[in-house]
Amino acid sequence: MTAALSVDNLWKIFGASADKIIGTPDAELSRADLKAKTNCVVGVKDVSFEVAPGEVFVVMGLSGSGKSTLVRLLTRLIEPTSGTVSLNGMDITSASASQLRDVRRKQVSMVFQHFGLLPHRQVIDNVAYGLEVRGVAKKDRRAKAAEIVELVGLQGYEKSYPDQLSGGMQQRVGLARALAGDPEMLLFDEPFSALDPLIRRDMQNEVIRLHRELGKTMVFITHDLAEALKLGDRIMILRDGEIVQIGTPDEVVAQPADDYVKDFVSEVPKAHVLTLKWVMREPRPGESMDGPALPVSTIVRQAARAAIASDAPIRVMDGDTMVGVVDEEDIMRVVVAEEES
Amino acid sequence: MTATIAPSAPKPVEPGAAPPVEERKSLSRWIPAVAILGVWIVLWSFTNGTSTLALPGTSRTGLHDSLTEFQNDLLAGRSTNPVMQFTNAIADALRSAVEWLQRMVVLPNFPRPVPEVGWLGIVAFATYVGLLVANWRIALLVAASFLSFGVFGYWQDSLDLLIITGISVLLAVLIGLPLGVLIGTNRRANQVVTPFLDFMQTMPTFVYLLPIVLFFGIGPSAAVVSTLIYALPPLIRIAGFGIREVSATTVEATDSAGQTYWQRLLKVQVPMARKTIIVGLNQTTLAALSMATLAAFVNGPGLGKPVLAGLRINDVGTAFVPGALIVVMAVMLDRTTTAASERAEKVARGGGGNPRVRQGLIIGGGVATLVAIYLSRTYVSLAEFPTYTIGDRVASATSDGVDWFTDTFGGATEWVKDLITNQFLNRTQALLADSPWWLAFAAIAALAFVFGGVRAFISTVVCLTGIWYFDLWHDAMITLNMTLVATVLVMILAIVFGVWMARDRRVDVGIRPILDAGQTIPPFVYLIPVLALFGPSRFTAITAGIVYAAPAAIKLVADGVKAVSPTTIEAGRSTGQTTWQEITKVQLPMAKGSIVLATNQGLLYVLAMTVIGGLVGAGALGYDVVYGFARSEAWGKGLAAGITIVLLGVMLDRITRAAAEVRRDDGPTTRRAFNVRLPIGPPR
Repeated sequence: MTAALSVDNLWKIFGASADKIIGTPDAELSRADLKAKTNCVVGVKDVSFEVAPGEVFVVMGLSGSGKSTLVRLLTRLIEPTSGTVSLNGMDITSASASQLRDVRRKQVSMVFQHFGLLPHRQVIDNVAYGLEVRGVAKKDRRAKAAEIVELVGLQGYEKSYPDQLSGGMQQRVGLARALAGDPEMLLFDEPFSALDPLIRRDMQNEVIRLHRELGKTMVFITHDLAEALKLGDRIMILRDGEIVQIGTPDEVVAQPADDYVKDFVSEVPKAHVLTLKWVMREPRPGESMDGPALPVSTIVRQAARAAIASDAPIRVMDGDTMVGVVDEEDIMRVVVAEEES
Repeated sequence: MTATIAPSAPKPVEPGAAPPVEERKSLSRWIPAVAILGVWIVLWSFTNGTSTLALPGTSRTGLHDSLTEFQNDLLAGRSTNPVMQFTNAIADALRSAVEWLQRMVVLPNFPRPVPEVGWLGIVAFATYVGLLVANWRIALLVAASFLSFGVFGYWQDSLDLLIITGISVLLAVLIGLPLGVLIGTNRRANQVVTPFLDFMQTMPTFVYLLPIVLFFGIGPSAAVVSTLIYALPPLIRIAGFGIREVSATTVEATDSAGQTYWQRLLKVQVPMARKTIIVGLNQTTLAALSMATLAAFVNGPGLGKPVLAGLRINDVGTAFVPGALIVVMAVMLDRTTTAASERAEKVARGGGGNPRVRQGLIIGGGVATLVAIYLSRTYVSLAEFPTYTIGDRVASATSDGVDWFTDTFGGATEWVKDLITNQFLNRTQALLADSPWWLAFAAIAALAFVFGGVRAFISTVVCLTGIWYFDLWHDAMITLNMTLVATVLVMILAIVFGVWMARDRRVDVGIRPILDAGQTIPPFVYLIPVLALFGPSRFTAITAGIVYAAPAAIKLVADGVKAVSPTTIEAGRSTGQTTWQEITKVQLPMAKGSIVLATNQGLLYVLAMTVIGGLVGAGALGYDVVYGFARSEAWGKGLAAGITIVLLGVMLDRITRAAAEVRRDDGPTTRRAFNVRLPIGPPR
């Protein structure tokens, strides 16, 4: 199966004659040193990863880590300095202007932090904009847009103007606009950072629902770890434009690649993220083996009740084979460790 | 295709890194400035009156005569010089366009004894246009304005002025909109065009009339060309600005949908900038009106002519009625374009009233207009505006009123005039103009260095050298002095009223409309009442300059002070500061950028006005220009004076801009304001 998105050795350096830096020893300098030496700023540094079809791939990092630059490189809203980006096997980096336009029109849509809506157009025409630039007839595109407006729960607001809507509703319009072209992939650039927490939670749930219903591949940029853990199938952590770690949420929490990531995940309620895989152990000799069986992917928190209720340890199963056991004490250790930290 | 994101400004240091290098706080600029002034005064006391390069009002130098010679040669070779042939062809085309329109609406179209369309038709048509683009209130305003043109006896001059303004605005739109789009979308084009726009806007209006006459002759063609040159920059600038200001996120978001260049331009950038572009159109229209009025100097048709005739003989009564009609016209054009933009906004958002009613209005109004046009073509009494004596009566009443005023309050106005002239104007003039030229040169250059740094110093030296070269040093110093004194007074007004307006909403609401109105009135008109009050003198020109420049400066300061973050003010208040401390320690320092900008604008406005003031006894460079218009043998001197004025303007502009740029605490608003410097009128 080809990857939906494949990125190889992607670089972005801002500044004059930036392309001359890659391949020289200067490229190995830290961001601050390079800035001091050449007055160029590294946005994205030698990044490679793949995203499988239907996957939700979260890119996470603090501000200035290069994540927003990275997502713009994917459809060349910013031109990469070097490296390749392939979508379903098609090389984006060498695509002509019209090929690129076609990709943007049909394959990849993007949702932006500050919405980027057209203030002089009604909701319905904002949603239909992507279809309009493709040349879809007015009637058809409005019909399609009306469907999508309903899908994101904005029915009744078709004729409103963006400035009449709350931030959360505006972002729903942004989401609808991205969905209207029926793209294979959605890119989200910190879409919910500008929203207040309750609305943000609603919108996250909305994305989860849409992903379940439509099954699109998603690349999701965020600086919020909780959001990353909640949405991501896999998480990529960036710092100063470089990949620090790529892994599933529980991997990132259980095995942080370095102190930077460790610091990041230290506040995460581990019992809510870790699966039994990370807390199970070999059965001790003489331990009772008639406790309940749970799959290895069970989240620790969900296993807690069973562990307390049972005298015997839980048997952790990978399919039909038992891979380890977990008892009440093992689970308590995760929960208590957290409270102490 | 791609949006570029420039590397961001230096980031604040992160925890753990070394603290940023402490910036050396440089000496306050006022200390060296005062020192220079002190040295200047000391040296002046030994040398004053020597080497002042004073040139009596009617005498000329060899340079001036050779400039006149140059003009004569150009005129003599008119039929062979390709440049002249080209400009003459343009002039012919413009003249015939103006004359054709005149025959349509104001002059007899031979063999008809009257124009094609008579006054009733014109009034009906104008009212109909007002109704179409705006609403019935505007339509009434338009009808009343047009009727007043006729009733007060200036029907032809008024329509002539409208014709000149209209053709110029049309050309400005045809040239300016594409250029505006270009500089709005292309950064390099913007870098190329901006210095030209800067230069065009620094140049006092009065100055380019002389060369224009050389290339385009006098009359309607020169009027249209000079008006176009004056009215073009604001449109280009504001349109470009509007397009550049379109939210980058929106452009990026729509780019990500795969739009083409033209889709981006026509569906995103232009619609989102539409409101700003219409503001530009409004500005351009008012600028055109004010320049078309001044074009009376080059025999341009219109209401400027009777005003000029009145001012030339210091007859306030004669100038008053046409001057008032210019104001009426300015208000009419301003209100109509503004209301049209408001209406366009409403229509774009699905408003604009019941379409059925609207359709009825369009058809009914159209039929009524056609009937009125037909009638005005058929009956002479509806073609030629009847003569009323009310205009003359108002003129003589004004004269009487002015006489009465002068008799009654002459003492008081004289006292104010003498006070300012003797205590203020004469003293600084003595220093500037009676110093030997090399002393004034060195002192001004040194001050430029202190306030604007090396770049301002270089510009200043270049400009002063040019002024020296053109043999009008003494006159230039007198004009510079008037400009500086008036600007100081403008800034005092600006800071007092600006702060007051910013701190008290009611004051703002009360004063702002007056300032707005003040900015819509062409500068020429200001001279009339000021002349009535103070008679012909330097002081009159300065007062007119203050009246002209103050509204813009006050508004800039008010907006700057108002833009100070409420959080900062709140934080200051929480420390228990007094109101005075709040103004002097928080609001004014944070609005510094706006204050410098207001000074920059004030200087240029005042300079423009003191030059026009040559007409009402201000003397110096303004007089030299007027003299150059009047006497063909003095043309060269007039041109030299014009160039000297430009050099003064460029010098003042460079110094104040550089002064603004060396400040690091400048907010983006100031930078932005500098980018859209408006010659007249409020940015709405």
